[in-house]
Amino acid sequence: MTAGAAGNGQVPVSGRLRRALASGRFVVTAEIGPPRGADPAAIAKKADLLRGWVDAANVTDNQSAHVRLSSFAGSLLAMSAGVEPVMQLTCRDRNRIALQSDLISAATLGIPNILLLTGDHPRFGDHPDAKAVFDIDGVQLVWTARTMRDQGRLLSGRRVDPAPHWLIGTVENPFSPPISFRARRLAKKVAAGAEFAQTQFVFDLDIFERFMSDVRDLGIDRTCGVIAGVGPVRSLRALEYISTKVPGIHVPDAMVRRLRGVPATRVADEGMQICVEIIQRLTEISGVAGAHVMAFGYERGIPEILERAGVGPRPDRSVANDRAANDRAASEGTGRAG
Amino acid sequence: MPTRKHLDRIGAAPERRHAGWPTPVTPSVSARTLYRLHHLLEPNPVYRRLAAWLERNPTANRLFTAAEERIKGAIFGCRMCGQCALPATGYACPMTCPKQLRNGPCGGVSPTGMCEVNPDVRCVWLVAFERAEAEGRVEDLSLLQRPIDHRQWGRSSWVNYWQGRDEGMWTFADGRRQLPIVHRNDPGKPL
Repeated sequence: MTAGAAGNGQVPVSGRLRRALASGRFVVTAEIGPPRGADPAAIAKKADLLRGWVDAANVTDNQSAHVRLSSFAGSLLAMSAGVEPVMQLTCRDRNRIALQSDLISAATLGIPNILLLTGDHPRFGDHPDAKAVFDIDGVQLVWTARTMRDQGRLLSGRRVDPAPHWLIGTVENPFSPPISFRARRLAKKVAAGAEFAQTQFVFDLDIFERFMSDVRDLGIDRTCGVIAGVGPVRSLRALEYISTKVPGIHVPDAMVRRLRGVPATRVADEGMQICVEIIQRLTEISGVAGAHVMAFGYERGIPEILERAGVGPRPDRSVANDRAANDRAASEGTGRAG
Repeated sequence: MPTRKHLDRIGAAPERRHAGWPTPVTPSVSARTLYRLHHLLEPNPVYRRLAAWLERNPTANRLFTAAEERIKGAIFGCRMCGQCALPATGYACPMTCPKQLRNGPCGGVSPTGMCEVNPDVRCVWLVAFERAEAEGRVEDLSLLQRPIDHRQWGRSSWVNYWQGRDEGMWTFADGRRQLPIVHRNDPGKPL
């Protein structure tokens, strides 16, 4: 994972997420949303809440098309704060030149994981008047990254030397029509080069189990770690928001009834309990590699959720070592950039 | 960019038109008919000669391209990307997707099958899936579609097709054999 490894012609030390997926144990990832502002401590504060509890944390790329600190800068800050980053990169704001450039930058500075997606349309963001780029799509971006890494070539066919070495991830939404096609769509991304995939929030386990059954039939789970998205819905307002305002999230009626059925003061607890139960169910579904916790700004509650679900803290946690290793990687990276 | 006629045809109310980005179009001709009609367009020596002649005669080429735009615009909402994926997408045009996805639906399709960006029209990839499924062509949707060549906008995709330039636009990958390269063999040259 150190920045110089590839340059020295050595096999790069693999990241923690890659090791965790290879070990076959239940992995845990979470999300760090970068700040809207130039606060160098904002990422470290969120990383402090997650360190030791997650194998890696996604650093989002201007999530929901709202301007934030870049996922690249955020990933470097997360790394120096001792949390392994998954750098998200979307096709919304960059053409193929900028995408490949950012991918090379990530590899050069030692970011071990990338998550490649098409991205939300600017229509939903804080700049609905922006030009939507979408020069290539998410599947093509995965394919491009894989070609850069394994064949050492850019989209143009020109050489990338030394080749990058990140772990390549993608996303899938098992709950969005056409539901019977979603596993095959993931298979397509895996064929293009995805090695892990995080899903949209799993609230409806029936649909998710059918999706996983398709995934197993296609054999995708043997080459791609499917990490299921989860999160605590802690208020009826949040429930209303995710059910109506966020495209692609499906909340089953049974869960709505359960959250509405408790006194207002107990909704938060009930939401936490539902999240815990979902994670426990996920650990029993064959082919599920782990859980991706998206906590809607309630990052401080993540350790409790994981503890209660019986999946934390991380077995190979060694905060001091991780931190030291990452500090070295980061300073080495900075040195090279300078 | 959707033309006014195209917007009229899909019946979007004026206040709900989003002219700044593509709008999904459900084709007005059945997939079965179009799979059959496709045989009429398959390359043969006559078409190849016609295509070569058109490329030497700019005026004729302009007229031919305008006719293609008119026909495909009326049926598919064609935007003339010049590298037609229709035979592999159940004859629903992926370039009418607001994100111009060439490889299948995004994760924002509503439970009722509507486009997340234009909620008053159906997702074009859902339409593509249903049309392909009805004709037993769902496997087409597993083809990996390569990035498009943006230099081809406005050119005739029929001429490109007859001239053999569409070869390599997509490829099959089952995840077990070696992954085909993402770039075309000679990326320095247009299609």
